[in-house]
Amino acid sequence: MAKVTLTVNGRTMSGECDDRTLLVHFIREKLGLTGTHVGCDTTQCGACVVHMDGRSVKSCSILAVQASGSTVTTIEGIAAQGELHPVQAAFNQHHGLQCGFCTPGMVMTAVDMIARHGGALDEATVRHELEGNICRCTGYHNIVRAVLAANEEMHGAARQAAE
Amino acid sequence: MYATSYHRASSVGEAVNLRASHDEGRYVSGGMTLIATMKQRLAAPSDLIDLRHIADMKGVSVEGRSVRIGAATPHADVAASAALRAVCPAICQLAGMIGDPHVRNMGTIGGSVANNDPAADYPSAVLALNATVVTDRREIAADDFFLGMFDTALEEAEMITAIRFEAPEKAGYAKFPNPASRYAITGVFVAKTADGARVAVTGAGSSGVFRVAEMEAALSAAWSPESVAGVSVDPAMLMSDLHATAEYRANLVRVMAKRAVLASL
Repeated sequence: MAKVTLTVNGRTMSGECDDRTLLVHFIREKLGLTGTHVGCDTTQCGACVVHMDGRSVKSCSILAVQASGSTVTTIEGIAAQGELHPVQAAFNQHHGLQCGFCTPGMVMTAVDMIARHGGALDEATVRHELEGNICRCTGYHNIVRAVLAANEEMHGAARQAAE
Repeated sequence: MYATSYHRASSVGEAVNLRASHDEGRYVSGGMTLIATMKQRLAAPSDLIDLRHIADMKGVSVEGRSVRIGAATPHADVAASAALRAVCPAICQLAGMIGDPHVRNMGTIGGSVANNDPAADYPSAVLALNATVVTDRREIAADDFFLGMFDTALEEAEMITAIRFEAPEKAGYAKFPNPASRYAITGVFVAKTADGARVAVTGAGSSGVFRVAEMEAALSAAWSPESVAGVSVDPAMLMSDLHATAEYRANLVRVMAKRAVLASL
């Protein structure tokens, strides 16, 4: 057994698990944060995407012990004071989901993508960057719309703040 | 996944000692192949020695035309390195085509080269760039490193610490990716070096990455996509699987070689 300590959504959390325990199972079963989903379990679908030390990763393909000591953000950690994160709000407004199973991974991917591109996102880039996330309901059009709308919202707000 | 014991190394020396004391152990870096393989119970190392926290093994440094990429540098960092892009943009483009953004944040160049998957991207760059594979105990020329499918010159417990090469005059990479995995069904890396052209093919060969002497001769004479258009590769040395036949791959080698040269111009 290993002791794993993570800073999850701003709080230090510890738990014991086997060395072979996957990060996604640790998050869901030991920490009780079930927003992060297990979809394909083979690094294809992206339902398990979380941020580890500021980078988006697939938590079904990382051992919890590999992540120990890192800072992790899950889907539960992005809304502030009960207000949806702009990406969550955009998925809601643009109907960027149907069954919702892939949505936590899509949202975490979009948050990372928007941060990394600093506002310079176009449709082709969004589609290219979503290659690690699979949605079997929407056909992606509304997801792409939601990501672009959130990007505009966030960087529009940043521009206003700077003026 | 079978049970395993995890160890985190903070230096190259510590990692090698840990590995040497566990006969059935394996090094793990990003783990984007190894963890998946363990989940399928196709690998069951007794111990995992994690290399991801060894500071000396991370990062890209460029001095003049000399490039050193630490083995534990993730693909995303290679893709995003402005210093590397200034001298050898082809390898940044290659890194940006591996897997997906999340895989690129974890997977490392050292892991990819050490694994020598016949469909991995990096082995073609390492071979075409005439790179040097630096390990904890020696330096190995790329021509001596790749021995066959999943087989390399690495000895038991030997680990890659860095990849070094001189930036070429020109280089390009083109691949025909598997639409699901993004692995190369066929990928070709071309480099125009001071000693002539080098062409390395991944994804296609039945013994892993290989060079194409006839294309190298043609490109050394004239660096142009037309130079490789007439060169054919014998399908007998290529893989056939559910993704593509050997004959189809033979055609892809030529097409990807043309595109790689075009990309370098």
